[in-house]
Amino acid sequence: MEAILGNISSNTEAVASFENVTIGFFVTCIVDLLRPSVGFAAIHLLKTAGFKVEVPASQACCGQPAYNSGNESSAISIARQVIFAFENFDYVVVPSGSCAGMVREHYPRLFSSDVLWLDRARNLASKTYELNEFLVDVARIDSIQHSINKTCTYHDSCSGLNELGIHKQPRELLSKLEGLELREMEEADECCGFGGLFCVKYPEISTRIVDRKVNNALSTGADMLLGGDLGCLMNIAGYLRRMGSSMKVFHVAEILAGMVDNPSIGEKDDHV
Amino acid sequence: MNAASTEFRRRVRMALADDQLKQAMNRAKGGFVLKRQKAIAEFPEFHQMRDAARDIKDHVLTNLDLYLEIYEKKVLENGGEVHWARTAEEASSIVEDLCSKSGARKITKGKSMVSEEINLNEKLEKSGIQVIETDLGEYIVQLASEKPSHIIAPAVHKTRDQISKLFYQHHKPLGYANCVSERKDIVQQARSVLRNHFVESDIGITGANFLIAETGSSVIVTNEGNGDLTSTLPRMQIVVAGIEKVIPSLEDLSVFLRVLARSATGQEMSAYTSLYSGPRADNTYEEGPEQYHVVLVDNGRSSMLGSEYQSMLRCIRCGACLNHCTVYNAIGGHAYGSIYPGPMGSVLTPLIGGYENNVDLPNACTLNGLCKTSCPVHIPLPDLLRQHRTQQQRRKLSPFTGRLIFMIWVYLVRRPHFYQIVLALPIWLLNRLGRQRGVIKWIPLAGGWTSSRDFPCPSARTFQREWRNQMRQFND
Repeated sequence: MEAILGNISSNTEAVASFENVTIGFFVTCIVDLLRPSVGFAAIHLLKTAGFKVEVPASQACCGQPAYNSGNESSAISIARQVIFAFENFDYVVVPSGSCAGMVREHYPRLFSSDVLWLDRARNLASKTYELNEFLVDVARIDSIQHSINKTCTYHDSCSGLNELGIHKQPRELLSKLEGLELREMEEADECCGFGGLFCVKYPEISTRIVDRKVNNALSTGADMLLGGDLGCLMNIAGYLRRMGSSMKVFHVAEILAGMVDNPSIGEKDDHV
Repeated sequence: MNAASTEFRRRVRMALADDQLKQAMNRAKGGFVLKRQKAIAEFPEFHQMRDAARDIKDHVLTNLDLYLEIYEKKVLENGGEVHWARTAEEASSIVEDLCSKSGARKITKGKSMVSEEINLNEKLEKSGIQVIETDLGEYIVQLASEKPSHIIAPAVHKTRDQISKLFYQHHKPLGYANCVSERKDIVQQARSVLRNHFVESDIGITGANFLIAETGSSVIVTNEGNGDLTSTLPRMQIVVAGIEKVIPSLEDLSVFLRVLARSATGQEMSAYTSLYSGPRADNTYEEGPEQYHVVLVDNGRSSMLGSEYQSMLRCIRCGACLNHCTVYNAIGGHAYGSIYPGPMGSVLTPLIGGYENNVDLPNACTLNGLCKTSCPVHIPLPDLLRQHRTQQQRRKLSPFTGRLIFMIWVYLVRRPHFYQIVLALPIWLLNRLGRQRGVIKWIPLAGGWTSSRDFPCPSARTFQREWRNQMRQFND
């Protein structure tokens, strides 16, 4: 896998200073189960930027499905497990704005009346980052050394955008890829209709929303759609495939790591 | 699935199949959102004003009894009367009583969401009183025998073509022979028809955007001037308002006026901002109502005080959360089945109308957070919707099978190693099922997804398994 990955670099001073910094990588359940390549791409990017990366085995989900469906006690027990697994790392990086938002914005809220755990939740929240924001704001990546002759459009996933304010970071990273042209779509910052369990609870509404999203994306004429949250990307790719479109969908980490020739989300793998 | 839920889904399907609605919503959406953006960009203090507006509301809500009493005292001093209504039924009965006792035959109304909340029109019409809505949007939905689908743009779901036909049908008998289709002609015709109603009206009923304790004034913010004709021409004025509408002073009003129109329509100020403080003074003036009544409606509001939903009482009914809501824009207001649709409605409706009847409203939301970021008084709408979901869980309002699957999932997530073992097989199976095509066309129990979307085929092995393999090889 290493062979196909591109190289990135932070300024050398920074790399030196990251040598003893260890990142706990939170895979997220959806990347773990459905698209491991996103995890490998993210880890490659973090390692190339000079960090040590560990993947605790005692992780599964951040608890957001429980939290968002009103199962507070389940959410709390899952959050404790995550805090326990990750609290001793220097940073925690998550390839999803939604799961990072859960840890950063909502864990402290879950423990608002539990002083002991509140401190631990806040501590974890303070060092948890979504991948794009980490690469730009903490790792300060200044070049990515591979080129892609393609056009892309970027979908801003809602939690990353509205909870964490992530907008410029992925664009900044993509602008460092030589030959890649970003064509902004209309309503790039609008929901794609995924919404976790929403898309299976209210499929008709979800379908109408993703239809609008996909049409906005297709209007750009871009070769591929990128985003930072696999849930949204599964939804968008699934709809594109059903309508027979050839637009490719990738997690932004995969493209930054040079995996552009791999099968995109929902694309047939010619090697099988 | 309970009956209310089945009904909700039926309304959603109807809305999604309605091409005219889709057309109308597409047109409205861009307008509201872009105009608001522009108005905010031109007003750098907007965000400070939002904070101030929130703080004023929070202060009032903690001292609501005090401000309501001051307000009542002032209204009485100004020669008006204040009526307190605990429920929707009480409120509409008070108004109906006032109207019947004064022998009113025709009533004009300014736009008022609380009057919709208390079903006022039905109540008055049952007593044989003619009720004329005079806000253009409200007038349109009244002609169509519908309810408003948006809290500030009641007829936003209608296309111009539909309105044109509606006017022709209803105005032809009044002597308007031509079918008007241009925007200005439609407005002109409505003006012309409504003018007679204003003159003939016995009582004018309006809502209130704000009630000012300091002066005993009620404030309405409008763009058509109909509210003023409704309030000033008839011999009696009735203001119907929720108890949360009171603010301390005129100074505070200036804060809200700066955020309200910008958030609602993207205007700096609405065309008319009118303050009414009581009946005409004896013998001094020949204009203005002889009687001035305020009906203060509780209808569930006081029980929100001190609860986790208190922040909902800050709402100034600007409609920004509706305009920014992806779901609202997809299905329109009527699908919600409540006169308060969209995010604010999905929070408010279960509190006013009960949880059992409104199971879907808090769930039919993607929690994308745009409502929260657009709210001029910082109501944490997604958090309140989540709070409703927690309530539903406590009341076991969701289907049993869903809860069972959920419990199994939580059990597995809490045991990550076992989770990996258990999920390895289904993931491998899904991979076998889909790897030829890259997608899976149908998955049992996931018909909600696969009915309209393919399911992208997962890899044969999970990340964790693959990662541990690589680590092992690396260490060997």
